[in-house]
Amino acid sequence: MYEKDGEKYFIVDSHMHYWNAAPDNWVPGAEQFAKGWIECFHAYQSLAPAETHWPIEKFQKYSEEDLMRDVFTDGYVDVAIFQPTYLKEWYTEGFNTTERNAALGEKYPGKFIVNTRWDPRDGEEGLKELRHNVERYGSKGVKLYTAEWKDGSRGWTLKDPEAYRYLEACQELGIKNIHVHKGPTIWPLDKDAFDVSDVDHAATDFPALNFIVEHVGLPRIEDFCFMATQEPNVYAGLSVVIGGLMHARPRFFAKVMGELLFWVGEDKMTFGSDYGIWEPKWQVEGFVDWDYPDGGEFSDYPRVNTASKKKMLGLNAARLYDIEVPAECRLNAGEGTPAAQDDAQLVEQV
Amino acid sequence: MTVDSTLRRDGRAAADDLVGALAGPAAPERSRVLAALETVRDPELDEPITSLGFVASCTVSGGGDVSVRLRLPTYFCAPNFAFLMVADAYDAVSAVPGVARADIVLEDHFASDAINGGVAARAGFVDAFAGEAESDLDGLRVDFLRKAVMAGTHLVCRPLVADGMTPETLAGLSLGDVPPSPEVDRLRRRRIDLGLPAGDDAALLIDAATGDSVGAAAIPLHLRRARTTHVNIDANTSICRGMFAHRYVGAGSGGVADSVPADAD
Repeated sequence: MYEKDGEKYFIVDSHMHYWNAAPDNWVPGAEQFAKGWIECFHAYQSLAPAETHWPIEKFQKYSEEDLMRDVFTDGYVDVAIFQPTYLKEWYTEGFNTTERNAALGEKYPGKFIVNTRWDPRDGEEGLKELRHNVERYGSKGVKLYTAEWKDGSRGWTLKDPEAYRYLEACQELGIKNIHVHKGPTIWPLDKDAFDVSDVDHAATDFPALNFIVEHVGLPRIEDFCFMATQEPNVYAGLSVVIGGLMHARPRFFAKVMGELLFWVGEDKMTFGSDYGIWEPKWQVEGFVDWDYPDGGEFSDYPRVNTASKKKMLGLNAARLYDIEVPAECRLNAGEGTPAAQDDAQLVEQV
Repeated sequence: MTVDSTLRRDGRAAADDLVGALAGPAAPERSRVLAALETVRDPELDEPITSLGFVASCTVSGGGDVSVRLRLPTYFCAPNFAFLMVADAYDAVSAVPGVARADIVLEDHFASDAINGGVAARAGFVDAFAGEAESDLDGLRVDFLRKAVMAGTHLVCRPLVADGMTPETLAGLSLGDVPPSPEVDRLRRRRIDLGLPAGDDAALLIDAATGDSVGAAAIPLHLRRARTTHVNIDANTSICRGMFAHRYVGAGSGGVADSVPADAD
């Protein structure tokens, strides 16, 4: 929980990691990719305040103690949601697997939600693994990478019939939240890996599922916005937006926030620190203090207040994941309903 | 997607313009080569690779052999865009009169070998990534030119709207009615790149895909979308610049970024 000026903010970090990208985990023969990947992540950290930068050695493999301190003790986070990233082509034990995350989850009950993943190209085996992970770890969400290459396949889309089988399985297994990575990718795709039209289709056909588009489609924010405004069950995952822009480029940050607030709305935006890329502490403190800079170019964006920030920093995600929020952190009557789909207005006219 | 046959690469066009300015087959001056490189844009950011700092070095031998080294913000920058920039740089430099041989090398990238080899062999993206890509990149280029047209529309129209111009008035304007500015020139160039009408009598507000003019009722939403497109490009550029600065500390020294005017396009 974060407290400022008498207001109490319940913090859900809805997108974070616990990875091992140290040389001991590099696949022989793929070292340059394993090294290049983590150096690329490390460059993102340079967009944070200088006092929060880590040396590359720590960044490659931070400890359990680092994570617990940075996220919970210093970072104000009440509940953190692990999003796995496998990358087993480069990292022997995977970069950040469900199992690795779950080991921490079991050690610290109540602190973590352990999401899992699937890939429709894994067929029956993959469905079996998904069932196993849900039973074993109680996953209520998944993280999907549609742009990922696999055995000569150049990625997949949520529109594929095979993906629909998995989405049906999610509904059946009680998975509610589908986090889709629509952000920076690496594979030599000739089609545009950031295309969000597949989310549009799946969100229409699976209205009981929530689709959280992580990194808001960056670098295609406009495509995401134009799609999200049409779908009541599509949400904007703010990881990278706050971490990558709020400190480094505050005026651009304000504009991106203004656009998201206009097209998507404060009920459907969720904070994610993307730890270990960025520590949550400075992001939470800065976001609570944040407002638009002075200037006419910001004057027609939707305004934000304390209730808006409470929703984005935790209450929206708490609603999506049925996390119990202490009474002192809830909204007062008349301050709206977090994660409300009904309040999302389709922008057809302005 | 079918690509309009009028789609062209700026580099070649600009280099063609230089033909008359040079006499004889002597090796080109380095400044000519840099001017040609300045016409090559990062399609995603719609900015010249020179002002972004992506040109690490550029040398011209007495015999007219040009060697250019390019570098990008990360090891994993999208290879399709990287390929376009290397190929465009090759075309732009090769078209400068007096260039005997152009050697364009992308450094520090996970797909450097495939891209450099493909461009040097004049192969397309599909051949460069044999088995890994199914279509060449003209469709991608068109998508991003359309985004550039939308972003440019915002820059041109924002001051007009701020001055109180209504959608009804905007709907009746043609490009020639707008006071001249670098933003208008740039918008025209992007529309020409796409084969869209760009003359004085062409409508100011058009659909970037079809070229049809936008009616008054649809203008507020059209401008709203144009603005979002512009904000996205700005945000994306700022992240790329930040990553680039982290990767190449003191970039600019050693590169040629400082030797050409920033944002010359």
